[in-house]
Amino acid sequence: MRRLLYLLPLLAFLAIAAWFAAGLSRDPSRIPSALIDRPMPAFALPAVADSGVPGMATADLRGHVTLVNVFASWCVPCRSEHPILLRLAHEPNVVLYGIDYKDPPADGAKFLHEFGNPYAAIGADTDGRAGIDLGVYGVPETFVVDRDGRIRHKQVGPITPQTLQETILPLIAQLSK
Amino acid sequence: MIRRPYRLRLAVIAVTTLLSLPALAVLPSEMLSDPALEARARVLSKEVRCQVCQNQNIDDSAAPLAADLRRLIRERITAGDTDAEILDFLVKRYGIYILMRPPVEPSTWPLWFGPAALLAIASLALIVAARRRAPVNPAADLTPEDETTLRDILERRS
Repeated sequence: MRRLLYLLPLLAFLAIAAWFAAGLSRDPSRIPSALIDRPMPAFALPAVADSGVPGMATADLRGHVTLVNVFASWCVPCRSEHPILLRLAHEPNVVLYGIDYKDPPADGAKFLHEFGNPYAAIGADTDGRAGIDLGVYGVPETFVVDRDGRIRHKQVGPITPQTLQETILPLIAQLSK
Repeated sequence: MIRRPYRLRLAVIAVTTLLSLPALAVLPSEMLSDPALEARARVLSKEVRCQVCQNQNIDDSAAPLAADLRRLIRERITAGDTDAEILDFLVKRYGIYILMRPPVEPSTWPLWFGPAALLAIASLALIVAARRRAPVNPAADLTPEDETTLRDILERRS
């Protein structure tokens, strides 16, 4: 019986070590969003000059599943996810909105002309305040918004083909039912 | 001792290093004109974590987001919000991780109380183990043979 008692500290140490190991394996740059299942914060942003699409307002986000993609012309990973966004633009169940985050006026349009425009509407968030309302801390970030205007998922970082297949498309399908 | 030719150079390096310590992330253009409000903004900024450079507060961080949040805090202070209201504003958008000191709630109890609890448990275990150990026998009287042997050894040594 004594022997078992001596094992207790070792077991406790192993339990704590396992718990810490699980925590350390997580990516600290992926901060969970505080806005999941909350309504999209209310804002109205002007259009990006020369982009060919109108500005966006939160009120527009009802009635269909929306992907709100926060991008910027100065953002390098945004370029790697852009082809995926262009593909998503052809998906029947989802509408793509963009937020041009902290971009000088002409740069957003130049980016779109060079890489393509998948967005039905783009809001120019020049001072980043709409981004703060959304809890944006880096670009790119993408929010999946349901038909009632509630945020259901936040993707931090570019959408990879894997996250597209495993997370985004199934979620869109589920929200479209 | 430091040799004479190097003392001057060392002094120059020391002085320039010390002079550069007050380098701030807060730009003069961001500062509020009212020094009391600006002081309040500085103190409050030290409670807010920079989400980009996560071990720094926004008062120290040079990240653009930190600058935006510093400006936001100053605007809300000027608009009359209390410190609690401003922090709550940020927590609603970024979650509790934006606070340098997370609130004390069940999910953060291990963080706040864990080390102290572990120390208490370990101390308790040590005390119990020390008490349980067989008490040391006070020196029993030596047998006559041992007395003789001891005296022989001591007399041989001296």
